[in-house]
Amino acid sequence: MSSSVLFDTPGPRGRVRNHLITGISALVLLAALAWVLLKFNEKGQFDGKIWAPFTTQVVWVDFILPGLVGTLTAAALGAVFALLFGAVFGIARLSDHRWIRIPAAWIVELFRAIPLLLLIFFIWFLSPDLFGGGDYALFAIVLGLTLYNGSVLAEVVRAGINSIPKGQSEAAYAVGLRKGGVMRLILLPQGLTVMMPAVVSQLVVLLKDTALGYFIVYVDLLNMGFKTLPSVYPGTKLVSAIVIGVIYIIMAMALSAFATWLEKRSRRSRKTTAKPIEPPGAVAGLPSGQPTPDGAVVA
Amino acid sequence: MDELIQYGPDLAVGFLNNIKLSLVIAVFSLIVGTVLAAMRVSPTPVLRAAGTAYVNVVRNTPLTLVLAFCYLGLSDTLGLIFSTEDPLMNSFWLAVLGMSAYTAAFVCEALRSGINTVPLGQAEAARAIGLTFSQSITLVIFPQAFRAVIAPLGSVLIAMIKNTTVVAAAGYTVESSNTMRTIFDTTGTSIPIFLGIVVSFLILILPIGWYTGRLARKLAVAR
Repeated sequence: MSSSVLFDTPGPRGRVRNHLITGISALVLLAALAWVLLKFNEKGQFDGKIWAPFTTQVVWVDFILPGLVGTLTAAALGAVFALLFGAVFGIARLSDHRWIRIPAAWIVELFRAIPLLLLIFFIWFLSPDLFGGGDYALFAIVLGLTLYNGSVLAEVVRAGINSIPKGQSEAAYAVGLRKGGVMRLILLPQGLTVMMPAVVSQLVVLLKDTALGYFIVYVDLLNMGFKTLPSVYPGTKLVSAIVIGVIYIIMAMALSAFATWLEKRSRRSRKTTAKPIEPPGAVAGLPSGQPTPDGAVVA
Repeated sequence: MDELIQYGPDLAVGFLNNIKLSLVIAVFSLIVGTVLAAMRVSPTPVLRAAGTAYVNVVRNTPLTLVLAFCYLGLSDTLGLIFSTEDPLMNSFWLAVLGMSAYTAAFVCEALRSGINTVPLGQAEAARAIGLTFSQSITLVIFPQAFRAVIAPLGSVLIAMIKNTTVVAAAGYTVESSNTMRTIFDTTGTSIPIFLGIVVSFLILILPIGWYTGRLARKLAVAR
């Protein structure tokens, strides 16, 4: 612990005290765990027949996998469109033309501040009025995710390009490149390295937000695993929540780990001297590549 | 415009419920988040590991799942009931429980990052001039750490306020988004109603962002 800001390296008395606290806290945590397990047992949550469905093929093939496919479809489509939206609006906010820059800023700021579920509901209800009947669940989720996460990504793109040292673009203009060339050949390649970790962090938020499909009966992991599955196998609500929770956590953590790896690589990168930017709403001083509070708006 | 006026009272009640939830959750998540942050920076490996595990699990779970788990898992299956006579009251506290548990993980990370932004040299200098543990904490480290967490805590607060629209997953159906949904179900989609709710959220959220941003810049530690 010698590297801690808060604590000096403990002396003999400090070590004894630390061991004591370790022992007591371990006991308290074990007691809490035991209490939870006892409660589970009391309500029969460890019965073999509740867990048995999850060992059968049919539960995975008919419920969890289709749900997972739904979640991943929404996340993949949302990610692609959000990245496009983010790139377009991020660069538009850097435009030299006021009539491009200001509307782009308004759109980005607006969609970052609207609660995502409200937006998804609105699109879901409005679509049949505009385009006639049909199933708009996937459309509403993907469009909602695109507008919201795209706006956040636009800020990431803007911050990424702004973080490139000014000398880079000045040198590029000096050798005779035009505006488009400076952006395409100099700023974007360096900016990509810098913004990648923050982009992947935002994709973790996007993946988690696909669970909002629960409200508009989109066939995703949460709906299949938490509504449909327990209705077919009564009494499995709690257990199935744990199972799909684990699946969500594994997916999100894998993406987070990827972001952390990207950040390390980006710090070592010789492509640019700029440091990786912080994800929006994230905090200085922590490694990025971790989920940020979704919906953060920092003025 | 007529729909907005006609349903105005319902929408106002819904929005007030969002604010009520936000206030209660802000208090609880700050308390729990502070405890978690203390665990994660403590010199006790067991507490550090427990704090880290909690934060990683909760932060990577969708909020909708956390809330639905509180409602259908904790309350229905395990029998955790806050109020037997009023199901809405029960749902209110379940929503508070789920959202506080979720938000606390982000509060913890914001606070911990604040401590991490204080350079090690500051603590070493404090020890070198003979300050005790509590003196170096209260006079040197926390004043610097506190300034660094204002903006991140503002973001967490804003995210939490926006997230109160999801609490229908915990059965608390009398808030803005579910009220809007019910109105759309009965009378059809109405753009003024949507815009009305959006504007109320903007009025609530944007000043918090501006204020915390300004405060953070004003108090920033020049290094």
